Amino acid sequence: MTVTKTETLPVRSGDDVVRVRQRVRALAVEIGLGLVDQTKIITAASELARNTLDYGGGGDVCMEIVQAAMRKGLRLTFEDHGPGIADIEQAMTDHYTSGGGLGLGLGGAKRLSNEFHIESTPGSGTRVTIARWK
Amino acid sequence: MDRIPILKLGGALIVTIQVDMHDRLALALEEDLTAMIARTSARGVLIEISALEIVDSFIGRMLVSIAAVSRVLDAETVVAGMRPAVAITLVELGLELTGIKTALNVERGMALIQARLSEEDDGHESDRDRHEN
Repeated sequence: MTVTKTETLPVRSGDDVVRVRQRVRALAVEIGLGLVDQTKIITAASELARNTLDYGGGGDVCMEIVQAAMRKGLRLTFEDHGPGIADIEQAMTDHYTSGGGLGLGLGGAKRLSNEFHIESTPGSGTRVTIARWK
Repeated sequence: MDRIPILKLGGALIVTIQVDMHDRLALALEEDLTAMIARTSARGVLIEISALEIVDSFIGRMLVSIAAVSRVLDAETVVAGMRPAVAITLVELGLELTGIKTALNVERGMALIQARLSEEDDGHESDRDRHEN
């Protein structure tokens, strides 16, 4: 698998979340994702960007266009240096929230993506990676 | 600060969301709508979202919250014009729009609200002030 394009954006304010959505849309169009798949990856990105902001205290997103064999994909990595998640299994459960949200962010983002990976260390931060393939 | 305009049509309030929602705008809309329902005694709120490219849990929560507050103030909320791709994504996300009626477009949404208004007019004709329509 090769990375053909990389961009990084900050996620430190509500306006940044809007910007992330716009860039994800542009990249999804660039790799030729259909309308429903575009909508899914933008929505997943929006959920994760908001998590980064609200629970991680802000961070960055790395957006990559990846190529594997004949397929192109969009891979997004959200990283923060916030408090981390002690119990990932619990955090993944629908409707569980440690804040004031609906508790759909992580589970929802996973369902909307082809690939989902989360690693978190309490006290040092969280990294969530998703990918959607054409 | 930007604000989303709210139109009054008969006993209904109409909002069309044309911009990418961010936090402050969502909060302002909720406040403005609540104040406007109280001021105009509106019985229905129609929120038109055909321009929205996504509805994530943040916007979903805003819609559910608007509907809940409206209901307490005796107004019903109808969300109209959701794009098919957005509907598919919402279901997969697991978001339930509790307490919200949905309509395919503005016309059908208004019909839902009008039906409620005329139903109530029929039922309470003698004891309700008819200052609307």
